[in-house]
Amino acid sequence: MYGLKSELELDLASKHYSLEDYEKGVARWCPGCGDHGVLTNMHKLLREKQLDPAKTVFVSGIGCSSRFPHYMDTYGFHGLHGRAFPVACGVKFRRPDLDVFVVTGDGDCCSIGAGAWIHAVRYNMNMTVVLLNNEIYGLTKKQTSPTSRLGTISNTNPEGSILPPLNPVQTTLGVANASFVAQTADWNPAHMYETLKAAYEHKGFSFVHIIQRCPIFQAALGDELTSNKDAMVYLEHENGITVNEDIAKTFKNKANHDPTNLSEAMHLATEDHHIHMGLYYQNKNAPCYDDHGASNLGFTVEQKEEALNIELDKYAI
Amino acid sequence: MSDTIETKEMPKKQVSKATKIDEHIVEIVSDSGEGAQKCGQSFASISAKMGNGVWTVEIIPAEIQPPARSRAGASGIRIRIGSKKITNMGNEANLVIALNDQVPYGRIDQSAYKEGTVMLLENKWATDPDEDIRNKYAHALEDFNQRGYKVIEIPMEDECLKIVKNARKGKNMWVLGMLSYIYSRETEKGEAQIKRIFRKKSDTIINSNLGLYHAGYNWAKDNLNLHFDIAPMKSEEDLVVMNGNEAIGLGVLASGMEVCSMYPITPATSASHLLAEVFDKSGGLVHQAEDEIAAIGFAIGCSYAGKTAVTITSGPGIALKTEFLGLATMAEIPLVVVDVQRGGPSTGLPTKVEQGDLLSVLYGQPGAVPKIVLAAATIEECFHFVILARQLAESFRTPVYILTDANLATGQQPFPRPKIKKDWFSLPIDQSPWDTSINPFEWDEDTGLSKRPIPGQVGGQHTVTGLAHDRGSRVSYKPEENQESSEYRSRKFAAFQKSLNKPPVYGKDKGDLLIVGWGSTLGAIEEAVEQAQGEGLKVSYVHLRFMSPFEPGLKEIFDNFKQVMTIEINYSDKKNNPQYTESNRRYSQLSWLLRARTLVDVDCYSNVEGQPLTPNRIYNVIVEKLETNKK
Repeated sequence: MYGLKSELELDLASKHYSLEDYEKGVARWCPGCGDHGVLTNMHKLLREKQLDPAKTVFVSGIGCSSRFPHYMDTYGFHGLHGRAFPVACGVKFRRPDLDVFVVTGDGDCCSIGAGAWIHAVRYNMNMTVVLLNNEIYGLTKKQTSPTSRLGTISNTNPEGSILPPLNPVQTTLGVANASFVAQTADWNPAHMYETLKAAYEHKGFSFVHIIQRCPIFQAALGDELTSNKDAMVYLEHENGITVNEDIAKTFKNKANHDPTNLSEAMHLATEDHHIHMGLYYQNKNAPCYDDHGASNLGFTVEQKEEALNIELDKYAI
Repeated sequence: MSDTIETKEMPKKQVSKATKIDEHIVEIVSDSGEGAQKCGQSFASISAKMGNGVWTVEIIPAEIQPPARSRAGASGIRIRIGSKKITNMGNEANLVIALNDQVPYGRIDQSAYKEGTVMLLENKWATDPDEDIRNKYAHALEDFNQRGYKVIEIPMEDECLKIVKNARKGKNMWVLGMLSYIYSRETEKGEAQIKRIFRKKSDTIINSNLGLYHAGYNWAKDNLNLHFDIAPMKSEEDLVVMNGNEAIGLGVLASGMEVCSMYPITPATSASHLLAEVFDKSGGLVHQAEDEIAAIGFAIGCSYAGKTAVTITSGPGIALKTEFLGLATMAEIPLVVVDVQRGGPSTGLPTKVEQGDLLSVLYGQPGAVPKIVLAAATIEECFHFVILARQLAESFRTPVYILTDANLATGQQPFPRPKIKKDWFSLPIDQSPWDTSINPFEWDEDTGLSKRPIPGQVGGQHTVTGLAHDRGSRVSYKPEENQESSEYRSRKFAAFQKSLNKPPVYGKDKGDLLIVGWGSTLGAIEEAVEQAQGEGLKVSYVHLRFMSPFEPGLKEIFDNFKQVMTIEINYSDKKNNPQYTESNRRYSQLSWLLRARTLVDVDCYSNVEGQPLTPNRIYNVIVEKLETNKK
């Protein structure tokens, strides 16, 4: 099994985590669903980073993708539709020792949870966020998503959707204090893995937009995306996300992009005909709200008692 | 009790001796922004520090700066002070300070004054350059006299202008000085109060306000024949004086909770203001979320991560938080939810009092969501209930709700200084290894209780979910599992209810009428019932603190009375109005619950006028109810 060898070489006294330490149950997504690949990569990332499963929390909302925490043998919080971000931010606020991940979908994040999403970007708390965007509502059976392409046939728009889609990368880049915005796709697991890794390593709100196939409700779109090799553009830069040469060679198109350049990132995000794979934008110096959250931890009962006495004195007669 | 004030020959006066009185109700009414509340709160604080019983009620218009000199724009405060403990705002005022001739009408509409009420009226409007204002002043003056008020016109503006250039800023401290003379307040206490409230301002401002204070005091001494003395209460204990929202805020400190996650909403926000100022020095933080939903989501995240958090809101905020409230129950996450109720529905009466959220808090969520709901009846309880709520939330692994209201939120009352106990404060987060043979929902067969693994506890990994789940917190696919888990989530509250005592009956435990109340109406009910009892009426009262689950023994108590009736500040259909019959009449909120719980024909009196109930009103309801039954 992958990873077994390295375990044997380790000092037995220190715990080494293998993939099994992060796996739980059998994922109940449809066969061919892009979520499976993200899950596999996530298990690998945690193993690579040797994260303590007891100190790792996966938070999600509602939807196909939001079942994700149930398949991780870490702590998990499968909450409400659109509300993963407030919960995740609360978890992180006073627990700097926990690694927090958020898994959300296009309906969860970009529709019902849009308000929370915008503000979570601005809070810029140290967490890794994956948006699994299949451009359709799956769990409720084929309704139009805010990211559905114009003309998408669905049960709520049988004649085709009427509004232009919301672009999650563009939207995230437009929020004050955005600090890490990247894009990858489920059918390029190697690129996805490197992207997730870079996101985890970034201190701040690392937003990874994963273009993902739904073989049941968006099968044709999946075929189109995976077959059109001209559409994919590999973003290259020394400060960007790099994959090994063999994988890089599979991209027909490449573009050099400096991830500190926000206006260029915005330009790339709004460019219709290509899907850019890699790091759009990174700001390593954006303030993190969780630094504030951890600013006064660990008061003892005696300290709290003293503080209360001082306050009560102000109201004493 | 001195019910009316004797005003002797005005204005020339000799040095007068203070008349001893038991209690007085004072009101200050003004346009918004004239500092009437600051003046009144200071007067209350000085009075409390002199050992008097005190209760305050703020009179708050709906807007920040409503049009000047308008009836609906009346802004101010009522202060009731006495030589005994004061538990409510009382009936009509004895003395009113009005900074213009129109704002008193906002209070006259609410029957706040009576024949004999002394009105100290700013007289600058008599000579206003605007003829319309002069005419209105003259008319009002005539009207006030006809109503039997004893009006004394006072040159407040002119006197203030001797000291400051802009009398609008500072007149309130001149008034405070005047009140201090009238009620024989120690000027040292007045000075200390001014120094305290202006502590963040420059010395120039402090000195100017001190000057105004003394000028008001001396003017009253030289010109008014109003001079009273209210003896202090006999109290051996150290006391503190604060309003209900301050008590909530300090209760949060005392509970050891470390996060208050909130979104601004009247009348709850000032509790968070207090915390924002002091929390960082006691190991906690206020998070102002982007909306009410995110506020509770964030609090739940904090609680889930180990330390129980609190969210403080009002009715409309509760409505928005509803889905998360259900989740916290389903996932069994401790949480403290404070609802400072205001008038509803919808935006309703944001600054006014109502007890309108009882049913929505209890039943607002889809499905079976059993819970603990506490209702604070006094300002002291606002403090202690937060500590209790945090402990119950953790013991029973559940959200615990505290209901207060706008009356408690802004009312000030002295109470014994809390004697701090170490076990009030929450413990550090448990990070010891979890026994992997124990499920995250290992429901005890007898009590429904289970212990929760907290992130960081090795071996406790699981995913909490709002989906139906089994003991392992795994998504449940078996029909019987949802039935079973729902039952355990309910059973723990039945177990909790067993630990509660039967509520005490005030008065005889048998009689013609039992009044049942909850929340801030306690003081007014007590006073009204005592008056009725004094007149030989066979009436008693019970005041509930636990709204869910109810305290035990209610049916047994009710069965000893010929009639049972709730007194509440929320909506009910008036029996004799058009269309209402027994088959369609809507009862007040507690009344519905008690009828269902006890199968006793519990009647109700309630209204949604947005005002605290006066003892007189309740007394009249009692008399009427007993008379109706006689017929």
